[in-house]
Amino acid sequence: MKFLLHSLWLVAALLLPAGSPLAQTPPTAPAVGELLQQIPNASLKKTGELVQQLEQAGGAEMRPLFEAMLAGELYAVKESDKLVAVTKDRAGRLVGREIFNDRKLAAFASRDLKKIRVNNRLRSQLRDAIARIDLLHGSEEQQHAAVLSILDDLSSQNMRLLRSAETAGASAQVQEVIALADAMVQLRDSRVLEERLAAIEIMSGRLEAPVRNQLQRLLNDDGEQEVAVKAAAQKALDKIAGRVEFYGQMEQLFFGLSLGSVLLLAAIGLAITFGVMGVINMAHGEMIMLGAYTTYVIQQLMPGAIEYSLLLAVPAAFLVSGGVGVLIERGVIRHLQGRPLETLLATFGLSLILQQAVRSIFSPLNMQVVTPGWMSGSLVINPVFSLTYNRLYILLFALAVFAALVAILKKSSLGLNVRAVSQNRDMAKAMGVRTELVDAMTFGLGSGIAGVAGVALSQLTNVGPNLGQSYIIDSFMVVVFGGVGNLLGTLVGGFSLGVANKFLEPATGAVLANIIVLVCLILFIQKRPKGLFPQRGRAAE
Amino acid sequence: MNTLSALRSFGQWFAEFRQPGRGSSWLVGILLLVTLTMSAANLLLPADSPLYVSTYTITLMGKYLCFAMLAMAVDIIWGYCGILSLGHGAFFALGGYGMGMYLMRQIGDRGVYGNADLPDFMVFLNWQELPWFWFGMDQFWFAVLMALLVPGLLAFGFGWLAFRSRVTGVYLSIMTQALTYALMLAFFRNEMGFGGNNGLTDFKDILGFDLQADGTRVALLLATTLLLVLAFLSSRAIVQSRLGRVIVAVRDAEARARFLGYRTEHYKVWLFVYSALIAAVAGMLYVPQVGIINPGEFSPLNSIEVVVWVAVGGRGTLYGAIVGALLVNYAKTRFTALMPDAWLFALGALFVIVTVYLPRGLAGIFERFAVGMRREKHGEKSWRENSGQLSAGEVSA
Repeated sequence: MKFLLHSLWLVAALLLPAGSPLAQTPPTAPAVGELLQQIPNASLKKTGELVQQLEQAGGAEMRPLFEAMLAGELYAVKESDKLVAVTKDRAGRLVGREIFNDRKLAAFASRDLKKIRVNNRLRSQLRDAIARIDLLHGSEEQQHAAVLSILDDLSSQNMRLLRSAETAGASAQVQEVIALADAMVQLRDSRVLEERLAAIEIMSGRLEAPVRNQLQRLLNDDGEQEVAVKAAAQKALDKIAGRVEFYGQMEQLFFGLSLGSVLLLAAIGLAITFGVMGVINMAHGEMIMLGAYTTYVIQQLMPGAIEYSLLLAVPAAFLVSGGVGVLIERGVIRHLQGRPLETLLATFGLSLILQQAVRSIFSPLNMQVVTPGWMSGSLVINPVFSLTYNRLYILLFALAVFAALVAILKKSSLGLNVRAVSQNRDMAKAMGVRTELVDAMTFGLGSGIAGVAGVALSQLTNVGPNLGQSYIIDSFMVVVFGGVGNLLGTLVGGFSLGVANKFLEPATGAVLANIIVLVCLILFIQKRPKGLFPQRGRAAE
Repeated sequence: MNTLSALRSFGQWFAEFRQPGRGSSWLVGILLLVTLTMSAANLLLPADSPLYVSTYTITLMGKYLCFAMLAMAVDIIWGYCGILSLGHGAFFALGGYGMGMYLMRQIGDRGVYGNADLPDFMVFLNWQELPWFWFGMDQFWFAVLMALLVPGLLAFGFGWLAFRSRVTGVYLSIMTQALTYALMLAFFRNEMGFGGNNGLTDFKDILGFDLQADGTRVALLLATTLLLVLAFLSSRAIVQSRLGRVIVAVRDAEARARFLGYRTEHYKVWLFVYSALIAAVAGMLYVPQVGIINPGEFSPLNSIEVVVWVAVGGRGTLYGAIVGALLVNYAKTRFTALMPDAWLFALGALFVIVTVYLPRGLAGIFERFAVGMRREKHGEKSWRENSGQLSAGEVSA
């Protein structure tokens, strides 16, 4: 999966016009060319030496070569001993490209290629080399990453490298890590007690894994005689452990909020239709599924613009699901006015039909929805805590949808009518509100939002015919927990259920956590049948 | 004299039977006749006779009748009390698991691992001893007791909590669905000690009789028929009694019934438990005939399918539930064999058509027809027309 995304990302990069920053000119130094010629026929040991020489001769320009080598994508063409980077595309063909300028080559047959072998020693050498290149020539982020990776190997050579980076004018962030590296060397090499204690002081509370390892090693080292150093190291480790624990909790919270945002997106449409019309749309999950499939179809229609596909998918999914929702309302639910239980059954039937229709049109298998580049990866806050972009964006997206919906309900005339009908249908009718129209529009709105939720979900889970089914019970629980006819309740309900689920999970396992939350909810509803924020007033029976 | 009064009271009883919507003794007759004929044809005729009924058909019929019993259980609470349970499959499956545990213990050392003390899946999971809840399940009477007690208590606990706090309508429906969903998730776990994903299967014999033998199959079918008839008669007795009238009153106007002084939640809880027990009995009969019970039986889809059987047959009639279950399941067997993809389309369409166009189901058509006939014959207003208001109320309940 990751490999596939990676290769797709490469394909996307290839589609950029030549001359963009990604394309680089081939190295011209004759020494480099000679060294490159030797790679295809070198032994593993010899390759290591060649890499070293290449780094000295070629410098930053060798980075793509090393990266391809590290990823195991480096091949030599048997006839000419020419080096190419080769990846498999979606159809399983071997697609080659020039190493130094990313120019696309024709597809290869596997018998024409010879793989350049790498072993673990070579890999770590390559990683170091890339780190060195990044440190001296890379962007600020690359520099930071490079310094962090050097913490693993504080050889005097690497320390000299750090010095030179420092003098070359590194950013404050990089400077800080360099200071940390100094402290670690200090602790390792110095024999002066004060210096070592000062070093531990700097290391205390740092979350980088090498720091923890070094302190732990120090504690376990019987040769270490200094009691004061050991005590300080223990204290520093405790502080680190405390922070790791804290960020672990933060991560749970983030996962909980992420699940909560999904639940909110799924439930909010249900909340509107249930609040206004008093009917449960059991096909609501299938509206979510339709939204996810719309995303898939849009990506199939415009394979060249995956980056923008989601932006287009949101309105498209809203229209598709909303349209189907209006059809369902006009075709079926209208005829079941005032019979909520029958509505429940009829919409369940519709959900079966929709599922089977998707199964027949597409396939019973899961569909591959591509994650655009800007949604993949993660926001690294510190070495033990990072937020994945897809979950972060979906969280923000859910809040935006919620805000938009609240705005519609509070500010627009449709919202006014919707609120009037949900509070007292007969009175609203008597005042001239066209309740039939309001019903259809509400149902369309709720279904449309479900479709939008489907777009978001397509980035988190598999897109298959059963996608929606698993959300209907959960969404209903959110609505009931929060209180019917109350959007704020849905918000609170969604997030608290999500967080509760994720905090129970480590203790009990995912399935049991799910069960416990369900049982607690059943008991909660016995106690407060109208939910967390009950609707008040005369109309609220 | 004595004989005469006896005859007269029998006549009255029979006349009550003949009332439309209640008169359904013909159903009992047909059921008994068909199953007896089938059994005889299976056991007495040679296999190459054109009238021979295969053991497969016998088992299929037994399965249908178990479903019919489950449908009737749903009809009692939905049709007569207005409680739409989307989780009756849970009681069915719990009953089934009770019987499955007994059958599992009967395998003894004939399992794959040949362990007389532990069922195969426990040996596979490397368990050392039997969990506490499996003790006593090798006794038939105890297993049956448990298979009734556990679903009964669950129904009581759930009903007591729900009805006391006046959870009604769609809320209650979704709660029941969540109940069976939670149970499904739980039973899927290996740690629960019920065989996880694969459930319980590979049964050998029941009460010492070989489960694969024709005689056992026929006996199971007859037992199912007999218990279905018994459950039908007792349910009819309940809904025709004074208790039954209160229950219908709760369905049509619960607040009014409460104001008249009836503790409506008590009626609902006991009816719910009764219905759960019938579902459990159906599950107990189902497992030895089908030969497997797994967590899939808890799936919400199964429970909601039962509701559509009842809706097709016509709710609030008891016999409608039985007829609906038999018809829909027969259709399902035929459909899935001919066009597997089309079945879900058909089932979905059935949900929509029945709820929109046939709120009273097939029984509604049949009764309208029967009433028309009677009116022509007697030239009188039918009782149903007199109570026309009520039936309109029923539909919208």
